[in-house]
Amino acid sequence: MINVALPKGRLGEKVYQMFAKCGYECPSILENNRKLIFENEEKGVRYFWVKPSDVSIYVERGAADIGVCGKDILLEYEPDVYELLDLNIGKCRMAVAGKKDFFDDNTKTLKVATKFVNIAKKYYQGKCRDIDIIKLNGSIELAPILSLSDVIVDIVETGTTLKENNLEVKEEIVPISARLIANKASFKFKTEEIEKISRLLEEQVNIND
Amino acid sequence: MIEKYLKGEERIVLALRSLYSKYGYLPYKMNKFEEYDLYAKNKDFLVSDGIITFTDIGGKLLALKPDVTLSIIKNASDEKGAKNKVYYSENVYRISGATREYKEIMQTGLECIGDLTLYDTYEVISLAGKSLGAISNDYVLEISHMGIISALLDKISSNEKFANEAIECIEKKSTHTIKAVCAEYGISKEDTEALCDFCALHGTPSHVISKLENMDVSQEFSACVEELKSIDALLRDDEGYDKIQIDFSLLNDMNYYNGIAINGFVNGVCECVLFGGRYDKLLDKMGKGCEGVGFAVYTDLLTSLDNSTSAYDVDTLVIYSKETDASVLKKTVEKLVSEGKSVSAQMVEPQKLRFKEKIEI
Repeated sequence: MINVALPKGRLGEKVYQMFAKCGYECPSILENNRKLIFENEEKGVRYFWVKPSDVSIYVERGAADIGVCGKDILLEYEPDVYELLDLNIGKCRMAVAGKKDFFDDNTKTLKVATKFVNIAKKYYQGKCRDIDIIKLNGSIELAPILSLSDVIVDIVETGTTLKENNLEVKEEIVPISARLIANKASFKFKTEEIEKISRLLEEQVNIND
Repeated sequence: MIEKYLKGEERIVLALRSLYSKYGYLPYKMNKFEEYDLYAKNKDFLVSDGIITFTDIGGKLLALKPDVTLSIIKNASDEKGAKNKVYYSENVYRISGATREYKEIMQTGLECIGDLTLYDTYEVISLAGKSLGAISNDYVLEISHMGIISALLDKISSNEKFANEAIECIEKKSTHTIKAVCAEYGISKEDTEALCDFCALHGTPSHVISKLENMDVSQEFSACVEELKSIDALLRDDEGYDKIQIDFSLLNDMNYYNGIAINGFVNGVCECVLFGGRYDKLLDKMGKGCEGVGFAVYTDLLTSLDNSTSAYDVDTLVIYSKETDASVLKKTVEKLVSEGKSVSAQMVEPQKLRFKEKIEI
């Protein structure tokens, strides 16, 4: 039995459809109820929905053998897992954004508001830029508007929210997409099954490309 | 009889100590404290970056030991022909997990330091397999070779930044990212393909070695493959050979380790429970003119394997009063103990004590 942690929400539903197309369907997952675990014994698969940022924790700790989460989560938390495949969905980018009239002239410590402390730290360390990180948990775009920060480091999908708030992307840090991850110990004991799923998903990614 | 009172991990530690003694490894007992300087000089070798330090009465900065290998190396003799074979069972103190809190971690392991031969490397790998076998029948011993990985990367590019990024991809089995990294550094199509194939390469020793033999990389690469082959030939007759896998996603820090690397996994534990390898580079950095190989079993991780829960805390609860004659109570308790029962003599029934039977005297 392979335990799969899926991220709740639209991305998770897309991912499930990919698994189903590979032959790992579990129709009960589409029923509108409050169940958390869905199992198809015949196909040897068990799914559970978890908060997207928790997928890597479930996989790293072995509660799930495999899972799907965004590259942003992998870069931020650096879980000790295998990153087997880029599913090429949920595409967006991690970027630095700020007010349209803001210019970083390197003369003072840059105030950076973000949910992604690790990513921001590493990015600016790489540029030897002195920064002051302000950790926020939501509505990051508010920070530069209210002068809480100079810039933000956040995920940008279409850029609409930024535009509507008179903000713009200043620098792109890294492209983001959904990744298939596996627990290292599970991979040793369920190698064949996990590699089969990865291979079938890769075939679908190639078709979609 | 005594076995009954041992926790699962304690039983395993006893089995491991007996195993290592049989192969001539001597017990190594070390201090809880070491001079901080030893760890500060070799910080990257340590698994975790946090070290608990304090100043002793004489003003010397000491550390609660975060690692055992460094202390063993410090005290090992590097006289020509000498071989130090020691085992240990020690607590180390490290920062652990996402909460980044200090944890006391129990480790049992062995080190073989000196003029090493092929047999010594084989013996350590074989004992790693036997150690995993003492924990569970369902295990995987994973072998890798740092020399093979570095020879392949050296052939592809001399750019250190590229090597570091490629190593990260191999470690995560991220073939898709390797392609992107190779494209970024202008690596040729043939080399990109070779690296992708290498990243996906794992399996039984015979499968992997036959693939490696077909790769024309460099003399250094071939020499490492030959070493792997010779070790494999010795391991073939070992019980548990079917549980050995070669997997190059197992990567130790190349600044300290060279040659063979080993990891052990036990079904039911979500992380690697055995970690080790050959660390000649570390010995060199520490000014020792010899070679070293060893491994540690993280025995604290094995608690999750022990699912046995007892329904009772004691077999018999003996309730007595202030008026009870102590010699009568003594006789009652001794009689029950001689019958093989565990006994708790109490004046009132403890709220949380679970017992099979209750005797009132």
